[in-house]
Amino acid sequence: MLRGFTNTLNSSQLQAGETQLRVENIQLNFGGVAALMDINLAVRQSEILAIIGPNGAGKTSLLNCISGLYRPQRGRILFYNDKEHEVTRLKPHQIARLGIARSFQNIELFRHMSVLDNLLAGAHIHMRSNLFSSLIYWGTAQREHIRFRRFVEDIIDLLEIESIRNNTVGSLSYGLQKRVEMGRALAMQPSILLLDEPMAGMNSEEKEDMARFILDINEEHGVTIVLIEHDMGVVMDISDRIVVLNFGQKIGEGTPDEVRNNPLVVKAYLGEEKSPFKFGQSNNNNHGKE
Amino acid sequence: MISGIFHSSYEKDMALRRTHAQKIRLVILFLFLLAFPFIFRENRYYLTLANQVGIAIIGAIGLNILVGYTGQISLGQGGFMAVGAYTAGILTARLGMPWWASTIAACFATALVGVLFGIPSLRLKGLYLAIATLSAQVIILWIVTNWGAVTGGVEALVVPNPTLFGVRLNSDFNFYWVTWLLVLLVTIATVNLFRTHYGRAFIAIRDQDIAASVMGVDLFKYKLLAFAISSFLVGLAGALTAHYRSIVTWERFTVDVSVLYLAMIIIGGLGSVTGSFLGATFMTLLPALLTNLGRAARGTFPAIDSLLPFIQQGTFGLVIILFLIFEPEGLNKIWRNIKDYFRLWPFSY
Ligand SMILES: Nc1ncnc2c1ncn2[C@@H]1O[C@H](COP(=O)(O)OP(=O)(O)OP(=O)(O)O)[C@@H](O)[C@H]1O
Ligand SMILES: [Mg+2]
Repeated sequence: MLRGFTNTLNSSQLQAGETQLRVENIQLNFGGVAALMDINLAVRQSEILAIIGPNGAGKTSLLNCISGLYRPQRGRILFYNDKEHEVTRLKPHQIARLGIARSFQNIELFRHMSVLDNLLAGAHIHMRSNLFSSLIYWGTAQREHIRFRRFVEDIIDLLEIESIRNNTVGSLSYGLQKRVEMGRALAMQPSILLLDEPMAGMNSEEKEDMARFILDINEEHGVTIVLIEHDMGVVMDISDRIVVLNFGQKIGEGTPDEVRNNPLVVKAYLGEEKSPFKFGQSNNNNHGKE
Repeated sequence: MISGIFHSSYEKDMALRRTHAQKIRLVILFLFLLAFPFIFRENRYYLTLANQVGIAIIGAIGLNILVGYTGQISLGQGGFMAVGAYTAGILTARLGMPWWASTIAACFATALVGVLFGIPSLRLKGLYLAIATLSAQVIILWIVTNWGAVTGGVEALVVPNPTLFGVRLNSDFNFYWVTWLLVLLVTIATVNLFRTHYGRAFIAIRDQDIAASVMGVDLFKYKLLAFAISSFLVGLAGALTAHYRSIVTWERFTVDVSVLYLAMIIIGGLGSVTGSFLGATFMTLLPALLTNLGRAARGTFPAIDSLLPFIQQGTFGLVIILFLIFEPEGLNKIWRNIKDYFRLWPFSY
């Protein structure tokens, strides 16, 4: 399908393959519980990196450290655009301004706003009109509003949510809310997009749509994607690399093939009744499981 | 795709019809407000009520920006109004500032005080924030009543009459224009605010503050900004009462006022400008109506006389409780239902 994008969704200035995000020796404790132990990993520009692991492995905690919601006791997280930024020193809104966007495992939309307003709220960091201009809605405020109103229309197109743009998000189905939440993160024109279980609780058709959107965003716009997902079919299918966490430790990393054949990873999943990797490499008829 | 286009144009069509009806309603309201003081020129009572309603609307919009839109509960309304009223009164009475200059100064002073007492909002939510803002109320009134040299203490502060080109402004008829012109400006500015990223950031903080911060909203900055804008308007309402009545007394700014304004926006509709209008009007007119009904009843049932205050208070409380039970979304919801009914009117079965 042809889409006339008037705006890029990607604000990164790096070349594909350059290191964009580096997690160094992160240690995160909750009281006596270690949620993350000495985690190291790097995310490269324009790749899809999946983070997998059993429940409670520390996947969400890792994203929360990156977006500044949790503060690790040790280690640091570095983000590169024009220069190196130490994310671990910054507040969530400052991290967002660097172009790090995310969605949440449990949908955290602005419930009483329309879909449109949620998307516009996602573009908050790009809005510059001053308070006075806003109060009289004249000059920069009005121009800016019209420009971003057009911009979010691109996202509405991309995510195929034309028919619900004026609905209040609280009234939408779970699957659509997940989609809108990803749209809100995209409206930030992110350099890197962190998605926490974007397909959880969806039926196979919705999952396929979502996988297609993620691939679109990655391939057409070059947005780097860090994806937490439990559905191994999807993960093996769409990710370039995979990081495996278990009880707060990184137990494996590599291409889908390498991870599938990593004995430590297979062992970590042995508790489950079936091996999650039993299907063939290009076989994705597993989408419908759950 | 075709269905998509169809759908969007259908929605545009609905939106257009909605704005048409809206425009007609606004024009009617505007004409009514223009005609009102001429129709009731000889009836000072109605004009006084209209001025009280206008001032209450400004105060209610101010409080609604903070509580309804940003989700930061405040029990400091009375105190903030006192800051506005006393700043305006003192600057005009003691320093001879013109009424309009002292009014502007009062707005900024109240915004500043609002920001100061808004600082705990970064750490406190819900009931804890309510207590923190209640302490603003208590501290401000304590200063007002104990700093007699400046505020007049428990005595009334007398403010010279406001004039414009030699015309006394605080007659009921003249002040009507001051009040309602400001209501108009405040309404337009507030509606505009919520079309832009400032207003969206406020609502985002109310709905989901963690997500807001991850979307790049500086919670500290925007919460304080909400306190500033809100208090600015509340201070304006306070300054207007000072110039309108030519007298400022601390009894008009007790915690009762804070509760009354909260009731206004809850009954009117949280997070809605229309709701602020409806709530302020309703809560200002209801006590007046009850008083009048009481007077009328006194003629027929003389025995009711001693019970009257209780009946009035009781009815007032009952109305609020009934609202909370049956229409928690307030008058604004009822108003929307009425509009929907008439929009679908020929086909409403
Ligand atoms: N705010 C918190 N307070 C205390 N413990 C926490 C907190 N957040 C996470 N944990 C603990 O940290 C560990 C990792 O949790 P996390 O949510 O990161 O796991 P996860 O890999 O995302 O799991 P799931 O697949 O179920 O989402 C768990 O033991 C969890 O109980
Ligand atoms: Mg999780």
